[in-house]
Amino acid sequence: MKNLIVHAKRLLAAALIAPALVFASAEGPQLDKAPLSKDPESLKRGATIFVTTCMACHSASFMRYNKLTEIGFTEDEIKEKLLPPDKKVGDLMTIAMRPQDAKKWFGGVAPPDLTLETRQRNSELGSGADWVYTYLRSFYRDPTRPTGWNNVIFPGAGMPHVFWELQGEQTAKITKNPDGTQSIELVLSKPGTMSPQEYDKMVADLVSFMQWMGEPIAEKRKSIGIWVMIYLAVFFALAYALKKAYWKDVH
Amino acid sequence: MTTKQGLLNWIDERFPLTSTIREHLTEYYAPKNFNFWYYFGSLALLVLVIQIVTGIFLVMHYKPDASLTQSGVPVAFASVEYIMREVPGGWFIRYMHSTGASAFFIVVYLHMFRGLLYGSYRTPRELVWIFGVLIFLALMAEAFMGYLLPWGQMSYWGAQVIINLFSAIPVIGPDLSTVIRGDFVVSDATLNRFFSLHVIAVPLVLLLLVAAHIIALHEVGSNNPDGIEIKKKKDANGRPLDGIPFHPYYTVKDIVGVAGFLIVFFAVLFFAPEGGGYFLEYNNFIPANPMVTPPHIAPVWYFTPFYSILRAVTYPLFGIDAKFWGVVAMGAAVIIIAFLPWLDRAPVKSIRYKGPIYKTALTIFVIAFLILGYLGVLPPTPARTLVSQICAVIYFAFFLLMPWYSKIDPCKPEPERVTWK
Amino acid sequence: MSKEHTLDDNRRQLLIATSVVGGAGVVAAAVPFVASLTPSERAKAAGAPAEADISKLGPGEMMTVEWRGQPVWILRRTEAMLATLEEIEPRLADPNSEKSIQPPYAKNRHRSIKPEYLVVVGICTHLGCSPTAKFAKGEASGISKDWLGGYLCPCHGSQFDLAARVFKGMPAPTNLTVPPHKYLTDTKILIGEDKA
Ligand code: HEM
Ligand code: FES
Repeated sequence: MKNLIVHAKRLLAAALIAPALVFASAEGPQLDKAPLSKDPESLKRGATIFVTTCMACHSASFMRYNKLTEIGFTEDEIKEKLLPPDKKVGDLMTIAMRPQDAKKWFGGVAPPDLTLETRQRNSELGSGADWVYTYLRSFYRDPTRPTGWNNVIFPGAGMPHVFWELQGEQTAKITKNPDGTQSIELVLSKPGTMSPQEYDKMVADLVSFMQWMGEPIAEKRKSIGIWVMIYLAVFFALAYALKKAYWKDVH
Repeated sequence: MTTKQGLLNWIDERFPLTSTIREHLTEYYAPKNFNFWYYFGSLALLVLVIQIVTGIFLVMHYKPDASLTQSGVPVAFASVEYIMREVPGGWFIRYMHSTGASAFFIVVYLHMFRGLLYGSYRTPRELVWIFGVLIFLALMAEAFMGYLLPWGQMSYWGAQVIINLFSAIPVIGPDLSTVIRGDFVVSDATLNRFFSLHVIAVPLVLLLLVAAHIIALHEVGSNNPDGIEIKKKKDANGRPLDGIPFHPYYTVKDIVGVAGFLIVFFAVLFFAPEGGGYFLEYNNFIPANPMVTPPHIAPVWYFTPFYSILRAVTYPLFGIDAKFWGVVAMGAAVIIIAFLPWLDRAPVKSIRYKGPIYKTALTIFVIAFLILGYLGVLPPTPARTLVSQICAVIYFAFFLLMPWYSKIDPCKPEPERVTWK
Repeated sequence: MSKEHTLDDNRRQLLIATSVVGGAGVVAAAVPFVASLTPSERAKAAGAPAEADISKLGPGEMMTVEWRGQPVWILRRTEAMLATLEEIEPRLADPNSEKSIQPPYAKNRHRSIKPEYLVVVGICTHLGCSPTAKFAKGEASGISKDWLGGYLCPCHGSQFDLAARVFKGMPAPTNLTVPPHKYLTDTKILIGEDKA
């Protein structure tokens, strides 16, 4: 069994030399690289988990259900598997919970809209998808928290571990290293219904979907971009030849 | 007489069409030795057009409204996502505008640097230069107000901080920043007035200034990499020997510049529209939340050199606190550029014939400017503040000591005629 | 001109090639801008079929449903109302709905699937105002003595009968449009879709 090891490094101010001190960027916990997939089956699975689990609390209010046809669902599939009874396929993926109420229930912070989560979590530590991938795999038991759960990369998270039955329970072993950094090692103390590999794959599918949802046009944008580059290369060559043809009489 | 000729005559009797085209294109004589650095003026014009056209289309869908939708998201923020996802082609238009903002500053900074290289600000081009500095100021205002509109976290807190700078001005400061905001905090009132200024007022000023800039330039004629006046050597017909008609020579050349620029511009737009988090900051994908400031708040990259200068001032003076002097220093850092024509006392214009002192000074200045820009993105630490203080001193010293060092700098003689290099 | 520049063949060819390629680029770049003027996903979602519950609609009553941001009327006609439809035909411009827009199943005298229920877009075919219901007969209608009930457009006075057919000599050229619709149940109509 593979344990999840996350190193939380602290800046050791005194030990660093001046230029590093001036230019070093802040360090934080390491993120695991999210194994993103563009495979429709993964995206569809991720979408299903997102709608059935995450949307209990989070909206994706910039998305419409029928947009999910772009990752391979048919409208009928959306109606059967994903659509709440009071919604139409063209509706936004909002939730019934009102933000004001949610604030009260979750100790002051309403569960944020997740449409753009992978875009806003980008940082020098890694992509937003990496962050979400690591986050969903870094919950551990912490009886001092009201939810009973804490998170390595989001200490004090207001959200409980929604997949605990699947992943099982992790506990944290915090050790202080001689160099002043500290390591948090997560140990799977009570296995869940999924093996760690299965769980990681499921989270990867979910994150792949969220990555897609953050910017559904992304793939198309890149493929159009290639044609634009080819076109501009041709145009540049022509413009350059034209300039040469005119400038031949400037001495 | 053909119909075409007839129509042209009809117009010319009523409107100076042919003569304007002659004056500014076919018989505007530009030095024949323009180099790479001379592309950026026409590119700035191109970006201006891009911003205006994309802006017009964005306004058709954008909503300056800070109130919350049913899902608790500000309407303004939601309307930007609406453009990105629901308006056909909207993502392309929005990315053009956001990438265009950064491109504008890149192009204008290089355009200004060209002036420093070749002494383009010197007699008789002082007004060209001063209009340029005013354009730069208007551009900063335009970008600053535009940045509030998506109403994300960086929009909100950036505006909060910058507007509060004005409160440092003694006596009137606090009231002034309230008047700018139209409220006691950055709010819907602020968003609406910034929208109005961003889409109408400042663009009009910019267009007028750009027109003045070009009219002034065409009045005196362009400088060139040798920094010598081509008008001094004319042929029998009174045309500069080293001049060529702008059209067709520079039109075809500028098209090459445009093609090259568009390759870079669209490469960013299609493959990295966030510009690594510098063109579209990641925190700005979070809707504005007046209750929580994000951990790192820094202005957009193009403001950071000046922002660093602001932060570098940490000493109170004459009983007024450091914040005020920071604002003064930041303002002075921009304004001082306008005085270059009178600070430079060198006998030659172009860096090609200037001595080692200016070359060294300019190099150190550029390095200091880049460091200031870099430090402006990072959160301050004591060491960084010290470095930015040193760089700020270098920045001002470059200008303030110029009357002295430019005079003693051993310059080389200028050539009689322009050269190819 | 001082420095004579002539348009030699090489220049001419390159000029044409660059203009054509450049022009194509400008046209291509204009595509997203023109596209952005067309209805967005939100507008399309708002255009989705609308459901109407007619269980509470009494005889002689009319209800209005919003479909694509337009009023769609559902009129439950009485026997007496239906009886007027034949009598009035000589006074109509297009009694058989030859020039008007309606699905084939509504191209009949009563212009509907079930004679009792008229489903029609409440937008005048002249310049787009929404006509007013005038169901009272004769003088009481405020229109004319021989008025048998129908609709009157407030903008330029077009008159329509109880099957939304336009009278002769009116500004409106054709009958009001019947949208595609179908009965989901006896009391539920789906407007905007008629496929099974
Ligand atoms: C909207 C922004 C601007 C536009 C559209 C613009 C446009 C132009 C154009 C088309 C030219 C002639 C082509 C060239 O020499 O590259 C020019 C020249 C010039 N510009 Fe600008 N400019 C802008 C901003 C500025 C700024 C901010 C400055 C300086 C503070 C400046 C200083 C100059 C000078 C000194 C020249 C003459 C250069 C020479 O003859 O060597 N411009 N500008
Ligand atoms: S719009 Fe109805 S009669 Fe003109």
